[in-house]
Amino acid sequence: MMTPIAENKVLKAGTKVHIRAIMPPGHVRAPSYLRGKSGVIERAIAPFPNPEQLAYGLPAKNQMLYRVRFSAAELWGKAAEKPDDVIEAEVYAHWIDELDTVDAT
Amino acid sequence: MEKHINGRRWHDMGGQEAGPICDDQHDFSLWEKRVDALMILCSSKGYFTVDGLRRALEDMGEDAFETMTYYERWIASINQNLIESGAYTIEELGAKMAEVQARGETYGEASLG
Repeated sequence: MMTPIAENKVLKAGTKVHIRAIMPPGHVRAPSYLRGKSGVIERAIAPFPNPEQLAYGLPAKNQMLYRVRFSAAELWGKAAEKPDDVIEAEVYAHWIDELDTVDAT
Repeated sequence: MEKHINGRRWHDMGGQEAGPICDDQHDFSLWEKRVDALMILCSSKGYFTVDGLRRALEDMGEDAFETMTYYERWIASINQNLIESGAYTIEELGAKMAEVQARGETYGEASLG
């Protein structure tokens, strides 16, 4: 189950997340190679005005910027030379869904 | 028409196959330094942000990336953003360009205004 981060909620380090797999045109701040991939929150950095609104000269709503940690295996699949290496990237909250880790069993 | 690969835009190159990285250093010419300074002025005066700079660079498309130099793309983007933010009109820009052009052929002559 994937759920958008609730307003005013700040995810804690270790929270499992998924980067939204949508591909809109325009100025987008989530690199495509991360979209559709899962990782864990490394830390919440700070809120910043949404650059995807600033880019068009519009008033921008603050969005929390997170550092998210991904495994090389998650990003590159079998092509990963060292599957356990990690890659950390900074992603805005509106690109992140929280992964529900409740075990169905 | 801009090429999209599975929705990925041309500038979104992270994670793609790439050749060797060229780490040659080079000096910047005076006009390039002036373009860089102009960007800092524009953002500090509140005309637009670096996000607007990037947006217009991306919208130029891959052809511009191949045919224009780094700071040629920057000045085109800065101009686009300044027009959008109302710093000057197209008409004012055209008149100023003609005035500068009339000063002389060389960059040195044209800079004396």
